Amino acid sequence: MNPVNYLYLSALLFTIGATGVLIRRNAIVVFMCIELMLNACNLAFVTFSRMHGNLDGQIIAFFTMVVAAAEVVVGLAIIVSLFRSRHSASVDDASLMKL
Amino acid sequence: MSALAAYSTSTGEAFQFWVLGTVAVIGALATVFMKRAVHSALSLAGTMIILAIFYLANGAYFLGIVQIVVYTGAIMMLFLFVVMLVGVTAADSLKETIKGQRWLAVLCGLGFGVLLFAGIGNASLTEFNGTGQANANGNVEGLATLIFTKYVFAFEITGALLITAAIGAMVLTHRERTERAKTQRELSEQRVREGKHVPPLPAPGVYARHNAVDIAGLLPDGTPSELTVSKTLRERGQIRDVSAEALNDLKALEQRAEERLERTEIEPATFKREEASK
Repeated sequence: MNPVNYLYLSALLFTIGATGVLIRRNAIVVFMCIELMLNACNLAFVTFSRMHGNLDGQIIAFFTMVVAAAEVVVGLAIIVSLFRSRHSASVDDASLMKL
Repeated sequence: MSALAAYSTSTGEAFQFWVLGTVAVIGALATVFMKRAVHSALSLAGTMIILAIFYLANGAYFLGIVQIVVYTGAIMMLFLFVVMLVGVTAADSLKETIKGQRWLAVLCGLGFGVLLFAGIGNASLTEFNGTGQANANGNVEGLATLIFTKYVFAFEITGALLITAAIGAMVLTHRERTERAKTQRELSEQRVREGKHVPPLPAPGVYARHNAVDIAGLLPDGTPSELTVSKTLRERGQIRDVSAEALNDLKALEQRAEERLERTEIEPATFKREEASK
């Protein structure tokens, strides 16, 4: 098997995640799809690290994980406070700026 | 010939890739298309575990373990926690709010995927070294050397980011209490002043047959009383109504007794709730 297949799998997962972000209306599920996209990128980084034979790709994937953890904490806090103020986690309900 | 051999992976890894890769894609699709957020979260956790196995297969031993500990252990549990906090009343409406948005989104996704695949297909990815050389002194040691030399600045910035995120989450979810919490005495005085439900709320359950908490107690006229069931169950719509069930059981019992005694021409048991309440 050619290791490029890992890259194709990563691209497929990223596409599924991006489509999910566009389709779903529940803020939590949208957030999960973003996590899926981040994971797909990490898989690509790790595969590139193996193809080039150095560890820099793994370092970048490690930093991505750290940033993803920080992002999840803040994002979920925003979702919880949004839910508290309008009793819904739907992204359509947050339309205060709309005319 | 040796270059070609180095370029492809072992048969075992290929088998693992095709089996687990299929499961990972199914998990990703389930994340997008499952109706309930909890099911999405569990599918995503499965996909992440499979990705961790792929990291291990690619020689990233440290990242594989970190993926399981941080992603499936911490991040997905945080997601489940928020789903539990939010999900009771947050039913995801599957109605389209913008007309045709769903099909356009799928079209965009397909186009994006085609572009991405074409890009990978056209890229010249001929280099393949494997991580054997890089992992020679151990994967964790190699990563540590890089983090504390070449990437030390990024690593320190990461620390600042984590502290900012922790403080941000606390500030966002913290609610300042603007008034003092009412004491028990004040609450009971308020109940008496309002004049409704001065005694404790009625208990759930129909003591003759069922006493589970999700079964509403019956009022004297036989209708279930919503007041007896806890608010959470009421909002989830998980109240079981057994008043009609008991009457149907009685009717079936009477019919069986009639068949047994071979009596046929008695007044058929047509007991209706409306007639009874009149």
